[in-house]
Amino acid sequence: MAKLETANALMELREALKEKGAALSQANSPLSTIQVKVTMATCGIASGSKPVFEFMKDELSKRNIPAKVTQVGCMGFCYAEPTIEITIPGKSPVIFGYVNLKKADEIIEHFIRKGEEIEGSIQINYETA
Amino acid sequence: MAKQIRIALRNCGVIDPERIEDYIARDGYMALASVLTDLSPEAVIEILKKSGLRGRGGGGFPAGIKWEITRNVVADQKYVVCNADEGDPGAFMDRSILEGDPHVVLEAMTINGYCTGASRGLIYIRAEYPLAVERLKTAMGQSRSMGLLGENILGTGFNFDIDIRYGAGAFVCGEETALIHSMEGLRGEPTVKPPFPSVEGYLKKPTNVNNVETFANIPIIINKGWKWFSSIGTEKSKGTKVFALAGKINNVGLIEVPMGTTLREVIYEIGGGIQYGKAFKAAQTGGPSGGCLTVKHLDTPIDYDNLIAAGSMMGSGGLIVMDEDDCMVAIAKFYLEFTVEESCGKCSPCRIGNKRLFELLEKITQGNGTMDDIDKLRNLGTVIKETSLCGLGQSSPNPVLSTIDNFPEEYHEHVTGKKCRSKVCKSLMQYLVVADKCIGCTLCARNCPVDAISGERKQVHFIDQSKCIKCGACMDKCKFNAIIIN
Amino acid sequence: MNMVKLIIDGKHVEVPENTTLLKAAKTVGIDIPTLCYFELKDMNIENRPGGCRVCVVEVRGRRNLAPACNTMVAEGMEVFTHNIRVLNARRTVLELILSDHPAECLTCSKNGNCELQSMAQQLGVREIPYAGEQSKYRKDTSPAIIRDVDKCIMCRRCEMMCNDVQTVGALSAVNRGFMAVVAPAFEMNLEKSTCTYCGQCVSVCPTGALTEVDHSRNVINSLADPAKTVVVQTAPAVRAALGEEFGLEPGTLVTGKMVAALRRLGFDYVFDTDFAADLTIMEEGSELLDRLTRYLKGDKEVKLPILTSCCPGWVNFFEHNFPEMLDIPSTAKSPQQMFGPVAKEYFAKKLGIDRKNMIVVSIMPCLAKKYECQREEFKVNGDPDVNYSLSTRELAHLIKQSNIDFNALPEEDFDNPLGASTGAAVIFGATGGVIEAACRTAYELYTGKKLEKVDFTELRGLENIRHATLDFDGLPINIGIAHGLGNARKLLEDIRAGKSQFHAIEIMACPGGCIGGGGQPYHHGNSEIIKQRSAAIYREDSGKPIRKSHENPFIQELYREFLGKPLGEKSHHLLHTHYFDKSVGDFIEE
Ligand SMILES: Cc1cc2nc3c(=O)[nH]c(=O)nc-3n(C[C@H](O)[C@H](O)[C@H](O)COP(=O)(O)O)c2cc1C
Ligand code: SF4
Ligand code: SF4
Ligand code: SF4
Ligand code: SF4
Ligand code: SF4
Ligand code: FES
Repeated sequence: MAKLETANALMELREALKEKGAALSQANSPLSTIQVKVTMATCGIASGSKPVFEFMKDELSKRNIPAKVTQVGCMGFCYAEPTIEITIPGKSPVIFGYVNLKKADEIIEHFIRKGEEIEGSIQINYETA
Repeated sequence: MAKQIRIALRNCGVIDPERIEDYIARDGYMALASVLTDLSPEAVIEILKKSGLRGRGGGGFPAGIKWEITRNVVADQKYVVCNADEGDPGAFMDRSILEGDPHVVLEAMTINGYCTGASRGLIYIRAEYPLAVERLKTAMGQSRSMGLLGENILGTGFNFDIDIRYGAGAFVCGEETALIHSMEGLRGEPTVKPPFPSVEGYLKKPTNVNNVETFANIPIIINKGWKWFSSIGTEKSKGTKVFALAGKINNVGLIEVPMGTTLREVIYEIGGGIQYGKAFKAAQTGGPSGGCLTVKHLDTPIDYDNLIAAGSMMGSGGLIVMDEDDCMVAIAKFYLEFTVEESCGKCSPCRIGNKRLFELLEKITQGNGTMDDIDKLRNLGTVIKETSLCGLGQSSPNPVLSTIDNFPEEYHEHVTGKKCRSKVCKSLMQYLVVADKCIGCTLCARNCPVDAISGERKQVHFIDQSKCIKCGACMDKCKFNAIIIN
Repeated sequence: MNMVKLIIDGKHVEVPENTTLLKAAKTVGIDIPTLCYFELKDMNIENRPGGCRVCVVEVRGRRNLAPACNTMVAEGMEVFTHNIRVLNARRTVLELILSDHPAECLTCSKNGNCELQSMAQQLGVREIPYAGEQSKYRKDTSPAIIRDVDKCIMCRRCEMMCNDVQTVGALSAVNRGFMAVVAPAFEMNLEKSTCTYCGQCVSVCPTGALTEVDHSRNVINSLADPAKTVVVQTAPAVRAALGEEFGLEPGTLVTGKMVAALRRLGFDYVFDTDFAADLTIMEEGSELLDRLTRYLKGDKEVKLPILTSCCPGWVNFFEHNFPEMLDIPSTAKSPQQMFGPVAKEYFAKKLGIDRKNMIVVSIMPCLAKKYECQREEFKVNGDPDVNYSLSTRELAHLIKQSNIDFNALPEEDFDNPLGASTGAAVIFGATGGVIEAACRTAYELYTGKKLEKVDFTELRGLENIRHATLDFDGLPINIGIAHGLGNARKLLEDIRAGKSQFHAIEIMACPGGCIGGGGQPYHHGNSEIIKQRSAAIYREDSGKPIRKSHENPFIQELYREFLGKPLGEKSHHLLHTHYFDKSVGDFIEE
């Protein structure tokens, strides 16, 4: 990572990163891709999110589904850990709770690949500043 | 559905905490950049003061004023301390922020350094938070290599760096003076304030101590302006508060709600109501030394002042929900047990008084209490609160006092009726055989570990109360529901 | 100085800013009770942990009560020191403290002199409503000090003394919550710690948690044994303080009555440690001169400054903390330990009795001497040169037990030959006195001239560290003085760093010197008492016909008859000692 010598350099970097990030979720962008966020805070890891994270990474690539799988901090749904959030370009993100490997498989096959609605989604009940 | 607004948690669950790019893409370090290039320290402090942000670590002291005090003390060296000790059992707000968004704390501490004139920051974190520590270290490495921490930040000539210090897990070490002594290698016990750390803190130098969540609010206040922030919340408590919902509630987890949200909204709308559809009885806020809120407080807007008026406090944001099955005397005893463990022992009211409170509660839950004991609890509790040296003792009697105030009948029942309506206090329970239902199968007698049950085959059985240890084995085994608890 | 106006109990008060409510109240005659607070005014000693909370008062507008010892005055403050809320809280706090305290007053050595006991009386506590479990700890007996910390109220005075004043660090708070107590690290025995037995912790403990090991029984038994000749020696500081135990004004000299009392107690010979102090000057002064002359001649082997060695608390301190500097202090024994061999090797022979049949008892202001007299190197075939060392307080108890009306006693004189002393010896009891006495002799021996001005007032006072340059007939001699081990440490660190400018340094472990020793009557934080004792010591000196040790005729006789000359063969054997490295050994043993 290069040193940022000025505040402007930081702003430029931010703009570039923002554009790139926005492009990921746009349906018609060349960069667009499915984004998977796995909750990997202490509560998530304790409930087994690590294998889910590995599973999503490995299986999506094995099954040739281009996707960006990242770890994130706590989403707040501790009662339903592990939780993962899926964003299909052009659509709103959907959060799933109680995700084990079986559920993860179902999410890949039905929700992501076939675009079906499946059980176990958690309604996002907050607004983010 | 009632709205949660995520300000302190805005990046948690959104960004990859190990990637600084993710943070920057969400306007990370923009506040620092604008502070360093466009704003004087006074101007930043003014923004904070106008925003109405109060400390989230428990005391609720206005952050802007604290920064100003630290700034105004003349000294050759000052320090910024982030209090990440989070000792309340069941609380994990700060841990979640550090694990989900470590950069926000680094950015805010650096801004604080700029405003107060400190060039060194220290994060005091409990050693039991290894993941948070790891992520903090990663984040510090990244921001250093990008010139956002360390020497000559963003080419502005401002220097600031941060170290991590580990706490050994004593609850009282979260108290700021104790925390400072612990960092100095001394016994982790509080000292009398004043002098406040802002005037004389770490190594006797002015030290600005803020909580993790307080820091997490700072950058966005600078980015979005104090007007935006102060439009959220109540008159005297601005912004949001993160709570860790726990206990008999369906959606256990982290929530962030605007100040002024009612308990009813929190429990029934956000928390999904009480488990198994049971009745709500009380909610404990403020951690082990908070008080309980009851049905009559369900529609009280939650903010610093209302909680204190209700005999509790905001604390760091633990919110534990109790239902009809919880015995309030036993709950008070449970919390007292914690404070007795965690008192540092420096001052007599807390060291000895809490022990005596605990003993009195134990006496009552064992069925040996008198009405006089309830008076003693009240007097002792009040004296401990008003004479203790630090916040621990000044609040530790809250669970007792507020349960006596809100549930006097439960105390009276324990004392005069020798009864625990919630069937929690074992000594007050009696296992009885219902003659009509008992068919004399002898199963209970054979399973009683202390041979307290007698009776011939096909005859009604009898439990000798003097032998019974209240293990409940008989009740579990009886197929005819012939054993009940009185 | 900015003045602040406030109202305390309806009275208008005006005091400088940064005054505590406690002191502000005192200016208008309001005496707020305290337990943990402790101060020795003008001596830089203060304990203000704010822990006991009996001093709480109500400040209008504050939610909680405020500790008067730790709350500063503010303009317009309105304070109530004994309204019903305050009285209830104060009493409840005291009841709590008492509920965790063994009610053993009848058999407690602090009975009648205990601050907790008097507070219970003052607040009229008649029952303890909050009874419950009491914290229990192991009793710890060391050669000088007993720790019975079931009686500890966590006032932390001892910790402040041991850590801040003495910088020994043998005592600190351990454990948490209800089991918190002040103890050596890991709750090991004091004997295994770096404790110097200076006794300063004992002298400030408000309760019976820290007391001296009492040897008066042994002394009574010896006195009752017809086969034993029992000899007593009394240290200079004792005569300036003993009277306090009998209601006399602090600073009353009771030398003659003390001698009379000791005779009535049955001691066969009442001698004076002052005699041995004169002897110490002969040896230590000669050593100083010897080192100085060799040093001035350019002898590289010689180390300066020379440090006095007459305080065993101080000796323990440097053995623990400065083991690499064991060759710097004078090798002269303390007066107590010089007296021992003179009594048992010289006087016993004179009497024609075996040393085993002589019991030497010392009366000391000091607890370290209890340890010192047990040191192996001060025994001959297991027989200690000094058998028992009693504190001033123990002597007072003995006198009271023996139905002696102290105040009605006549003044009597010490026995000879070991009872004769000079003014130089008396001032051993106050900080600066030893070095002043040494200079009186060294000056005359070095210059061969008569010292006209005997009083070196520049060496006196209570300042923590003092220094002065004396004129030895054209040769400037730099003298340093420290009392209190924390101050001593500073001077020693300078020496270690090669920065010391001194030729000679006097060190006393106790603040004020032996007059403020750990075995003296309790001063309860009144530094005036220490100052009065000091004044008494110098008064006794100026009233003495002979004021230089080398002019003591009995000392001269002792050298003629027995010792030969200072630093001679016999002196070396009987009056000098060597020191041990105790830096780590004690720790490893356990
Ligand atoms: C017994 C006790 C424990 C405390 N524990 C914590 C803690 O774990 N975390 C915290 O931030 N503040 C804690 N505090 C509050 C701190 O003393 C201090 O007020 C706070 O860190 C200041 O930051 P703020 O102004 O940002 O809230 C505790 C206070 C007491 C009395
Ligand atoms: S109130 Fe309790 S935790 Fe606080 S200083 Fe006193 S004893 Fe220690
Ligand atoms: S310490 Fe004081 S109160 Fe305690 S037993 Fe001894 S004399 Fe009594
Ligand atoms: S006797 Fe002196 S060194 Fe020993 S514990 Fe007491 S104060 Fe410390
Ligand atoms: S031992 Fe004595 S001086 Fe030390 S803390 Fe306990 S009561 Fe106070
Ligand atoms: S100064 Fe005196 S009383 Fe104190 S330890 Fe030394 S010799 Fe003993
Ligand atoms: S005397 Fe003030 S708290 Fe102890």
